[in-house]
Amino acid sequence: MSEPAPQKAPILRIEGACTNIAQYHILQGVDLEVPAGAVTMLLGRNGVGKTTTLRTIMGLWRAHRGRITFDGQEITALPTPAISRAGIGFVPEDMGIFSDLTVEENMTLAAASGPLDSARLDWIFAAFPPLKTFWKKEAGTLSGGQKQMLAIARAMAEERKLYLIDEPTKGLAPAIIATMAGALRDLKAQGASILLVEQNFGVARMLGDTCAVMDDGRTVWTGAMADLADDTSLQERLMGLSMETA
Amino acid sequence: MSAPDHLPTMAQASPWQRLEPHVPLLLIPVLALLGFLLIPSTSSWLTLTVSGLAMGMMIFIMASGMTLVFGLMDVINFGHGAFISVGAFVGVTVLLGLSGLTGAPSLWLNLLAVILAITAAALATGLLGLAFEKVIVQPVYGYHLKQILVTMGGLIIVEQLILVIWGPDEIFLTRPEALKGAVTFAGAAIEKYRLVAVGFGLLLFLVMRWMLRSTRIGLIVRAGVENGEMVEALGYRLRLVFIGVFVAGSALAGLGGVMWGLYQEVITAHMGANLMVMIFIVVIIGGLGSVEGCFIGALLVGLMQNYVAFLEPKLALISNIGLMVAILMWRPQGMMPVVKAK
Amino acid sequence: MLTRLLSGDTPRSLPLTLILLAILVSLALAPFLFPGTRSVDTAARICVFIVLVASYDLMLGYAGIVSFAHTMFFGMGAYGVALASIHMGRGFDALIVGTLAGGIAAAALALVIGLFSLRVRAIFFAMITLAVASAVAVLVSQLSGLTGGEDGLNYKIPRALTSAQKYMDEKLFGVRVNGKLLNYYLVFACSTLLFLLLLRIVNSPFGRVLQSIRENDFRAEAIGYRVVYYRTAATCLSAVAAALAGSLYAIWLRYVGPDTTLSFEIMVDILLMVVIGGMGTMYGAVIGATLFIVAQNYLQTLMGAAAEGLEGVPVLPLLLNPDRWLLWLGVLFVLSVYFFPTGVVGRLRGRG
Repeated sequence: MSEPAPQKAPILRIEGACTNIAQYHILQGVDLEVPAGAVTMLLGRNGVGKTTTLRTIMGLWRAHRGRITFDGQEITALPTPAISRAGIGFVPEDMGIFSDLTVEENMTLAAASGPLDSARLDWIFAAFPPLKTFWKKEAGTLSGGQKQMLAIARAMAEERKLYLIDEPTKGLAPAIIATMAGALRDLKAQGASILLVEQNFGVARMLGDTCAVMDDGRTVWTGAMADLADDTSLQERLMGLSMETA
Repeated sequence: MSAPDHLPTMAQASPWQRLEPHVPLLLIPVLALLGFLLIPSTSSWLTLTVSGLAMGMMIFIMASGMTLVFGLMDVINFGHGAFISVGAFVGVTVLLGLSGLTGAPSLWLNLLAVILAITAAALATGLLGLAFEKVIVQPVYGYHLKQILVTMGGLIIVEQLILVIWGPDEIFLTRPEALKGAVTFAGAAIEKYRLVAVGFGLLLFLVMRWMLRSTRIGLIVRAGVENGEMVEALGYRLRLVFIGVFVAGSALAGLGGVMWGLYQEVITAHMGANLMVMIFIVVIIGGLGSVEGCFIGALLVGLMQNYVAFLEPKLALISNIGLMVAILMWRPQGMMPVVKAK
Repeated sequence: MLTRLLSGDTPRSLPLTLILLAILVSLALAPFLFPGTRSVDTAARICVFIVLVASYDLMLGYAGIVSFAHTMFFGMGAYGVALASIHMGRGFDALIVGTLAGGIAAAALALVIGLFSLRVRAIFFAMITLAVASAVAVLVSQLSGLTGGEDGLNYKIPRALTSAQKYMDEKLFGVRVNGKLLNYYLVFACSTLLFLLLLRIVNSPFGRVLQSIRENDFRAEAIGYRVVYYRTAATCLSAVAAALAGSLYAIWLRYVGPDTTLSFEIMVDILLMVVIGGMGTMYGAVIGATLFIVAQNYLQTLMGAAAEGLEGVPVLPLLLNPDRWLLWLGVLFVLSVYFFPTGVVGRLRGRG
């Protein structure tokens, strides 16, 4: 038996969010709570609206119904920059690297409220050594894994109340996945709140405290990560496959 | 277990691979050399080269704002030419009012007059740009077709207002005393004003480059051209940055308008619209959104125009179309295409 | 039968139907209803511009492409007729050869520009057409040996189409039945035919693909339509129709020059007519062209009167000077794009 999920006050709460993209109804009632100081996994098959959920939180797409509250403040209709400045770091699925800018310039921009903190930078370099090596290189010349490191490092450039991270291990080699998982565990150990979309079950199981499963634009199951991890038939039912076989 | 610590590049880049990024810049000396071979007299070639560079610099100043505005917000402003005309009229009005300074045989007094005129023009067109952005452009964000139509309408309105304010006739002007005439260098007569234009254009380009590379605002602009959404997700209000760029671009267009007026020694309400043709060519061959591409494109167009006008006057304008076609066949997105995230 | 003639695309609004009928009847009977050289000239100009504007709408309203080279294609048709009439001598064969040559040249140039710029980005097209069209206009005024430069070209058309040829000794309803009258009906008939043809094109499967591309080019591409080819084809068809309108205009005027065919002012006029009439509705071209040309003839007079009446008031007379009428059209244009992008036709159909 694993421990029950930590019962902390949610830092982020989504109630009945519906989002349309063009004429398509992508989100059709997402309810989600992200507890403070824990890692919440957002799981589900491809195309069920996980990325859309993250983008809706950031205000990059707009929920036309429902409410999103972050840290006691309603952010549903706030402009994206204000949502970011409220304390949310975002790593999009496509990483959103500025490839014309150097690694240093990417990081400088990421620290929106002032110069980069050197202690924090040392911590980032320790987690992602290649970023130090290629500090002055254009980000476009980095490899896929290095770009992903930069994307996460950018979100970590300042202390945030919440990190939204979309599939940080997608398409990466096992060695780099380990680096990535290590960095995220580090971040978690510092008490950060993270909402993580992840397809890699090993990583999900290792990092996740609580978990929400989406299907067809809705959240269909929420609970402790451990409960889901132990119950193969539940996995089959929710996601159409079990974690053990994946 | 750690991530590989190397850049994913080939160990040995071929000479061509190393050369390729610099090809656009190299085209300028190549074109100049071609001109040198085709133009029989060295002194004519030198005169033409300087005037081509001067023309290119002025076009660059006028076009740079437009390319950035496009890169940043995907806004295509067909009314950009209006700022050129308004700038020219405001600047020339100031110059004509300062005849005491422009008529004096002192370089410093003359330059003071020119600087005052340029400042007035840039201020006026900057403000006009602000109004233009709010009234004309903002309601049609995201709709290219409407943008083209509406900004074209804005151009017509502004042109007509110039005619209302300054009357229907073109205005002739003379350059300040110290900028008249030519200096002789290696047997070639080079107009002083063209040298000033080259120097000033180069200075502006370097300042712009420095701002884009070394200031936070510049970083935001460059990042925004590539992926505006991510810049917003990092907490920057791109909309404000965009308005700033739009206003700065309008001010530069106005400034370029004064310089062009002093170059041609005559200004008309339609000058901006006429220049738009060349500006479009420059912006397209440079790669929409790229300031450096715009700079190289402008110099190429300036040189091409002057050489061809000397060799076969009737083909001057067509030659620029030819240049554009050739460059687009080589790089369909322009010489230095901006990487777009979407 | 009538519905088939209109390719099933009926006006779908009673007031619109009545207005269109009124325009049709007025144009059909113009020489009898409004005798006088100037009014018949205006009527012929309206006929030609209806085709010109409708062909532009095929591109702008149906395919969603902005071109600034439409006057260039118009001019190619007109100069084709002019040059053929000069070099081959007066005759119908010259008119036919000139028209064909102008149309083919316009199609070829449109094909090149289209394939070249639409392949990359649709907005390149707007900029490149502007650049090419203005270069061509400059070239035409510079190559005066061939084109007559700024002065343009005067030439003779077959006698059968001029007022020198009389067909009846007596007047018919007070109008002389001569070649000029025949010429007008030639213009009228060809314009009507071309308009119906354009209406057929936009209501064909091809036209529907164009509209789906305009709505969402990614989706159209995903479904399997080669967007570039469809857009280029629309550009070519539109260019040919414009060239044919140019030929008709050249036959009517017996003169071509940069001011009547190539100038940027005409391009702006076309834009205004399309937007005011209603983009994406062929009938908008009819209403836009008629309204605009009638206004052009009478608005300036009106503004002149208003300016005189306001003499002494500061600024206002300057704003109302007849030469400044483009100012007001510009304002109208911007307001139309914002507030009723579907134009008069859209308003009348009740979905403004």
